[in-house]
Amino acid sequence: MLSIKNLHASICGKEILKGINLEIKIGEVHAIMGPNGSGKSTLAAVLAGRSEYEVTEGEVTYMGIDLLELSPENRAREGVFLAFQYPVEIPGVSNVNFLKTAINEIRAYKGLEPMEAKEFLRMLKEKQKLVELDGKLASRSVNEGFSGGEKKRNEIFQMAMLNPKLAILDETDSGLDIDALRIVANGVNKLKSKDNATIIITHYQRLLDYIIPDFVHVLYNGKIVKSGSKELATALEEKGYDFIKEEAEA
Amino acid sequence: METAIKTGSVKDKLISEFETSKYFLFGNTKLREKAMESFYKQGIPTRKHEEYKYTHVDSMLKEEFYFSANKNCNDEQIERLKILKDAYVVIIENGVFVEGLSNLQNLPKGLTICSLVDAVKSNSPVFEKHYAQYADVNADPFIALNTAMTKDGVFIHIAKNVIIEKPIHIIHVSTAFENTIINPRNLIVVDENSQAKIIESFEILDSTAKIFSNALTEIVINENDIVDYYKIQDENACLPDRQELGYLLNTTHVIQKKQSVFSIHTFTLSGSLVRNNLTLVLDGEHSESHLNGLYLTAGNQVVDNHTVVDHRKPNCNSNELYKGIINGKSTATFNGKIFVRKDAQKTNAFQSNKNILLGEAGTINTKPQLEIYADDVKCSHGTSTGKLDEDKIVYLRARGLSTESAKKILMYAFASEVVDTIKIEPLRKYIEGKILNHLNN
Repeated sequence: MLSIKNLHASICGKEILKGINLEIKIGEVHAIMGPNGSGKSTLAAVLAGRSEYEVTEGEVTYMGIDLLELSPENRAREGVFLAFQYPVEIPGVSNVNFLKTAINEIRAYKGLEPMEAKEFLRMLKEKQKLVELDGKLASRSVNEGFSGGEKKRNEIFQMAMLNPKLAILDETDSGLDIDALRIVANGVNKLKSKDNATIIITHYQRLLDYIIPDFVHVLYNGKIVKSGSKELATALEEKGYDFIKEEAEA
Repeated sequence: METAIKTGSVKDKLISEFETSKYFLFGNTKLREKAMESFYKQGIPTRKHEEYKYTHVDSMLKEEFYFSANKNCNDEQIERLKILKDAYVVIIENGVFVEGLSNLQNLPKGLTICSLVDAVKSNSPVFEKHYAQYADVNADPFIALNTAMTKDGVFIHIAKNVIIEKPIHIIHVSTAFENTIINPRNLIVVDENSQAKIIESFEILDSTAKIFSNALTEIVINENDIVDYYKIQDENACLPDRQELGYLLNTTHVIQKKQSVFSIHTFTLSGSLVRNNLTLVLDGEHSESHLNGLYLTAGNQVVDNHTVVDHRKPNCNSNELYKGIINGKSTATFNGKIFVRKDAQKTNAFQSNKNILLGEAGTINTKPQLEIYADDVKCSHGTSTGKLDEDKIVYLRARGLSTESAKKILMYAFASEVVDTIKIEPLRKYIEGKILNHLNN
């Protein structure tokens, strides 16, 4: 589904990603872990098409197409979803209107008619339940005055509404208490299927107790230095990132 | 009376027109003469006048102008200008009240609506008590000009203890085939413990020439009243290709007595030049005022909102929010004065002006002016001018919205803070539609 080959990216002339290689098949869950500053969020931003990052080398193929050639909105329309580490507050734009616009623009891109109002409302209710999002939050302005946990839940709610093929969760667990973490993880698990794939970017192992990854990769200094199964995450939690650093520098 | 003002001194032409027509105009000629004298002293403001620095009214008045235009509108055209299905509709065509086109059947008890000419003829004591008592002819040349030369307008009187459920909609409609100056004038008096909602809209139909409308409204709000006032300034909207024919100078003077609540909402959606002079005097304790404004400018438009909130008595609140989206080479000006007089202790006065500048060619002038003479007050003001927030655009695009629709949704959100203050549901829908239409062009 997603094939990343020798990906190099920099911001303001400073190289952050220094040759990433990653293969993700449909139906898989991959966790990308790493210490602060290793390039985790940069990888998420590059995949989502953030313009402040410059790809200097390498290629990213998604469902047979060159992902790097697509604008951010066309990536979203092709089924790539990024759950933001810091979701943006947009006063005056209601969640519901925003999602309706997003869904219909995605449908227009695929040559489909706008979604029927009734169908949209049905879906809205169903997905709200999935992430245990209060109906009041759904009708409020996007993220305005939401707590950290509510913002993250709202990201997963949007993900549920847009039903992506590839979901990238960028530090979705940061700032979540254990109850909120369970709700978010539960939502992600319910959305997981054999027809989609998930990339979980996280610093800590805790989220992975709830969303079991098929593969764990360790990113350090802009490169994937170690890949393994779920057990790798447990080892990291116990030993810390230092042993990775030592291995990498040895 | 059909002498045109040719080039040369506009002031002299206005004065000579006044001399030939003053005896044909309604009411007190002495009052008009005094006003004209004041106008003569003040003259038409040029860019050297501090208050008119950014709004060059003099340049457009240099062309040839007439003082009246024939009535042209029919019922069908008027129908198109109605915003609400159910309202008392007042039609003021080219500055003259037209009963035949208005819809004033079955007025409820306590509501009087008639032309200024009729109010004078019937010797209405309320009219005589309040007419031309508030907007000071020496304060602004256009107040003086209107007071001297007005031909007509509407007088609305709401008796005490009356709630007027249906909105009253005053429609100013102008049609002209020669450049024309009109001076419509309204007087609205609400006696104590009454409530009303009033809409005043400005439109031009089927015209080929410029119309300079020097419109003035005085509003008297008495004890315990609750009044909502809406101004819809969209003069070029009905003209083909939004021709730039409408020039509107709109003076509004409001006086509020104690425990009253008055809200005024000014929506400026088109018009080549729109200058609003809004003065609100809080002249009774525990009264409350809300001033909301939204201006969407484009092309070469000039929109200038000058507001004065004058706190004269203690324990009053005022809240002012003006927002603008500036496109093209247009210029928007906001000047908000707040006076807190010596006796006006425990005043709360808030003011905010926020602008979004699209592109590089537009201009925004914003100037808050606070003069506070009392010591126990809470006052704040803030202004901001910026571009659309890039982070928000990025976020919306990440969900599949195009850059264009992301911008539109953000501009709409910016405007909605003002639109949401509209309490008449169908009017809010109407304005929402207008804004979306504006953003789509």
